[in-house]
Amino acid sequence: MSKTLVWVEHDNAAVKDATLAAVTAASQLGEVHLLVAGSGCAAVADAAAKIAGVGKVHLADDAAYANALPENVAPLVVSLMDSHDAFVAPATSNGKNIAPRVAALLDVMQVSDILSVEGPKTFTRPTYAGNAIATVESSDPKLVVTVRGTAFAKAAPEGGSGTVEAVSGAGDTGLSSFLGSEIAKNERPELTSAKIIVSGGRALKDSDTFQQVIFPLADKLGAAVGASRAAVDAGYVPNDYQVGQTGKIVAPEIYIAVGISGAIQHLAGMKDSKTIIAINKDEDAPIFQVADVGLVADLFNAVPELVGKL
Amino acid sequence: MKILVPVKRVIDYNVKPRVKADGTGVDLANVKMSMNPFDEIAVEEAIRLKEKGVATEIVAVSIGPAKAQETLRTALAMGADRAVLVQTDDEVEPLAVAKILKGVADEEQPGLVILGKQAIDDDSNQTGQMLAALTGRPQGTFASEVTVESDSVTVKREVDGGLETVKLSLPAIVTTDLRLNEPRYASLPNIMKAKSKPLATKAPADYGVDTAPRLKTLKVSEPPVRSAGVKVADVDALVAKLKELGVA
Repeated sequence: MSKTLVWVEHDNAAVKDATLAAVTAASQLGEVHLLVAGSGCAAVADAAAKIAGVGKVHLADDAAYANALPENVAPLVVSLMDSHDAFVAPATSNGKNIAPRVAALLDVMQVSDILSVEGPKTFTRPTYAGNAIATVESSDPKLVVTVRGTAFAKAAPEGGSGTVEAVSGAGDTGLSSFLGSEIAKNERPELTSAKIIVSGGRALKDSDTFQQVIFPLADKLGAAVGASRAAVDAGYVPNDYQVGQTGKIVAPEIYIAVGISGAIQHLAGMKDSKTIIAINKDEDAPIFQVADVGLVADLFNAVPELVGKL
Repeated sequence: MKILVPVKRVIDYNVKPRVKADGTGVDLANVKMSMNPFDEIAVEEAIRLKEKGVATEIVAVSIGPAKAQETLRTALAMGADRAVLVQTDDEVEPLAVAKILKGVADEEQPGLVILGKQAIDDDSNQTGQMLAALTGRPQGTFASEVTVESDSVTVKREVDGGLETVKLSLPAIVTTDLRLNEPRYASLPNIMKAKSKPLATKAPADYGVDTAPRLKTLKVSEPPVRSAGVKVADVDALVAKLKELGVA
């Protein structure tokens, strides 16, 4: 049976949900081993070992791996690939940063952002912003794959009985250093794992209006807040709110699009949502072609009324 | 410092791609083609670095069919100094593209390579990272701000949940995200001038690269179609729908 090595996405304290979808994809390829690379992250490895279906957990605990710098992490992954047949990473910003570096070092053509596993080396993946789904078969001796989180069920975070084994790599290559991060502090759920998302578009006018209209609805529903590229480019909200081809790909239970016309780029990021609700005053807006429930109304009246009646 | 900017000729951003009826790919016959939007941002960033006096020369490179010359002329019209076309009619995968670019970089010895984070046709998001691996250099992917110092470059990156900043020793590879800059339009005089800028033509074999694909495309299909649902008359009806869905 082939062995897969899954990159565990974490913040040195807890396993991120995106890992669980990658584990599900990996389990369809073979035995699942994990790699927890970080600094002071032993607790992450212990938690990862409890993920259902997991065998060995490789723990590389070194300051050089604290911030997932690909220059340091990729050689570590490569050193573990003699004993694995596939490297699987969630298509998170870290996964997308590290996996191609690993693939090139292994002389493997990566399969990016897979939607399904069709065979031992066959996958489907989105191209042209999700407008064409390609089925591809790899001819490389080893596989490097990134996994679209919304396309796979999450593995159960509990119930597994993996064993943790410490590994060491070459550490710091000295090519790069981490200077800092500005991660938005937010009491709302994370966009990519939220059950409900309320997104606003350019029609929200400005940053203050966006906050006054969208935030109360999101808070009432316990929802995450997203935005179209137009709203982000206009500076209403920071760029990490962007849902779309070049932003975040989401698939919540309920997606509420407010004042979003439904450009192809936006639809590419949210059309796999279970139920789509659209509020827009233009009844011909393309968003209504994908919405399960549409309300043609002026959002500045409809949204406050909706908040009042929920 | 020399900057190398790889650019790709792709289906225009505003064209809706159509899957061919026989499931072999996307129909590109008589479709408007343009420079990959992320690569335009890369060209713009290189030009801005030249305008600041950081860069001395900008070399644009494209791997593709003879018509990719048009894409290179666009880069030259924007402000690149010269161009290299590595001509092939084959579809070249990111790994082979990265190998060819390594060959070009070995010849040109750029201090920075700036390229788009992904092409909007295959959406692979691999080439920059692979080039960094093959050249053994650091990578600053998904850049929203690039600051060059004497022997390093500081890159602010768009990551899940916000931004992070890394410092890379030069030479380095940078891939662009959407908000790095707004690319300029080439002026008519510059478009005319670009016609006489040097453009060298090479072949993948000149760099010893085998472009045979590693991934075999078995089928290309349309995504499942989502059909329009119902329109509700007013907010009360919407509230009722939300209650059916178990919220509110």
